[in-house]
Amino acid sequence: MTLMTKFLGASAVLALSAGAALADPALIFDLGGKFDKSFNEAAFNGAQRWAGETGGTFAEVELQSDAQREQALRRFAEAGNNPIVMAGFSFGTALEEVAADYPDTKFAIIDMVVGQPNVRSVVFNEHEGSYLVGMLAAMASTSGTVGFIGGMDIPLIRKFGCGYAQGVLAVNPDATVIANMTGTTPTAWNDPVKGSELTLAQISQGADVVYAAAGGTGVGVLQTAADNGILSIGVDSNQNYMHPGKVLTSMLKRVDNAVYEAFMAGADLETGFNVMGVGNGGVGYALDEYNASLISAEMQAAVDAAAADITSGALAVHDYTSDESCPALTF
Amino acid sequence: MDLLTLLQVLDSSVRMATPLLLACLAGLFSERAGIFDIGLEGKMLVAAFLAAAMASVTGSAWIGLLAGIGASLTLAIVHGLASITFRGNQLISGVAINFFAAGITVVIAQSWFGQGGRTPQLGDGARFQSITLPFAESLSVVPLLGPIYKELISGHSILVYIAMLIVPLTWWGLYRTRFGLRLRAVGENPAAVDTAGISVVRLRYSAVLICGVLCGIAGAQLATAEPAAGFIKDMTAGRGYIALAALIFAKWRPWYALMACLLFGFLQALELRPDLITNVIGIKVQGQLLSALPYIMTVVILAGFVGKAIPPRAGGEPYVKER
Repeated sequence: MTLMTKFLGASAVLALSAGAALADPALIFDLGGKFDKSFNEAAFNGAQRWAGETGGTFAEVELQSDAQREQALRRFAEAGNNPIVMAGFSFGTALEEVAADYPDTKFAIIDMVVGQPNVRSVVFNEHEGSYLVGMLAAMASTSGTVGFIGGMDIPLIRKFGCGYAQGVLAVNPDATVIANMTGTTPTAWNDPVKGSELTLAQISQGADVVYAAAGGTGVGVLQTAADNGILSIGVDSNQNYMHPGKVLTSMLKRVDNAVYEAFMAGADLETGFNVMGVGNGGVGYALDEYNASLISAEMQAAVDAAAADITSGALAVHDYTSDESCPALTF
Repeated sequence: MDLLTLLQVLDSSVRMATPLLLACLAGLFSERAGIFDIGLEGKMLVAAFLAAAMASVTGSAWIGLLAGIGASLTLAIVHGLASITFRGNQLISGVAINFFAAGITVVIAQSWFGQGGRTPQLGDGARFQSITLPFAESLSVVPLLGPIYKELISGHSILVYIAMLIVPLTWWGLYRTRFGLRLRAVGENPAAVDTAGISVVRLRYSAVLICGVLCGIAGAQLATAEPAAGFIKDMTAGRGYIALAALIFAKWRPWYALMACLLFGFLQALELRPDLITNVIGIKVQGQLLSALPYIMTVVILAGFVGKAIPPRAGGEPYVKER
């Protein structure tokens, strides 16, 4: 019996040390999947960059359903992964419960605020980036009408639309902004057919620049815009390459930087509220060889000046999620 | 609201209605023969994927269409095996097909193209382009009819016209041929058909296969007919279920199916233009309400307010020759 106890004790110690050796960071992707050419893929790229530079390894999992969120978190926490980074606001509720049970593990959540002492909440100022691309849209538009196509109708996407409309109106106060949402269920993220139809509907209303903040639905938006000879604006990752010369720019959301920084910090991850805005390179607009001919020097100068103003605080862009209303656009 | 705007909305309705119509007719054949088919969605999805994948690889939309029909047929045969030969539960087989399709398309697309479960965007040759019918430009000066011809009737992909042709074909096939009579009979009373010396199994299989072909065309339309240009995961976005609702709405009849699908298409097109509704009736209507309308109308139908929708009597029951 004592032998047995010793044996069990030894294996327990072994298991513990194995767990300690496993203090790799972990990354959990949201339902969109690792290779969505957008949000989750940006997170993956950040993790890859960290792995390439440090030679470290990280654990990862792609969720298949909402029910797996808490399970995945607990599994990584039990396995000793530290820090655990999750991409997506939907983890908020699960993390609220799990974080309290593992006080020694550091968590980082993107796009959501969780008020636990061991959680870093990374929030992006998408409205600021959208404001900048809105300015570009208004300057590129000849008809004075521009469009916005959102994915699922949630406050986060309205935040994009609201910032965009403010940017448009800042350049051209007489401009018209047409805003449509694809739907109210998660299928709205993956309906390029409806995205195409929405784009055609906006074109028939006179829009000649369309901004898609709609995940996979945006693929249809960009395609239809290119087919019909109008400009489009991509989102999250740089999507300029998809239709060279026909995508005006992309609103960049540097999720990769957020993941990279969290992984770099390791177990010493600084917790608390972390805002990624125009000032610290968290959001911005894309300029590369595919859209260089579309962005003139004056346009670039105007947008860069606005970006500097936002950084310095001279220009405040209204955040839809702060009070659930938008001065520039009604949804 | 001027004529041109109205025509643009109707034009969009036709495009939105086409995949619904094809799927609805597919379900009509299957259910008229007594095989319930929840798996329309899954069959459309695999067809959309393989059509886009093959069109992307070969550069030909037609090869894509054939591949899509092939993929859909494969699942149709699986459904046939499960529900006719092995007399399994048809609903469960259909649900299984939907889940299988949702998973397998993404897995294959990822390992084939490495673009996150989507196919590359299709170039102009690899998708069905809009066809401008003859005289569309020259006739456009004719008042009323000219713009209707140019905007509404002309300028769709070939698959839209094929779908519209299939409606009278289905009517003729079901109501004016021996095959159609037997097909309808096998959905109402298979024992009687069997007594007359006709193979129930063969009839039901042919219905399930026709269903597969039509779902294949519907999927190809979603992924490879302009304005679409490629497959992305779960891109059918519930259209198979709306088609089932349309089928009940249409009381399992082909012309009614056309009307129901055009109506559902029109509602979906209206949802895209909230500004028009605001202009016409002066009140801002939420888009969510419009997108829910097809379902609300189906519930109203099912509740018996607009007339009774009676499904084929032998629907959902596997035929057992001897007990």
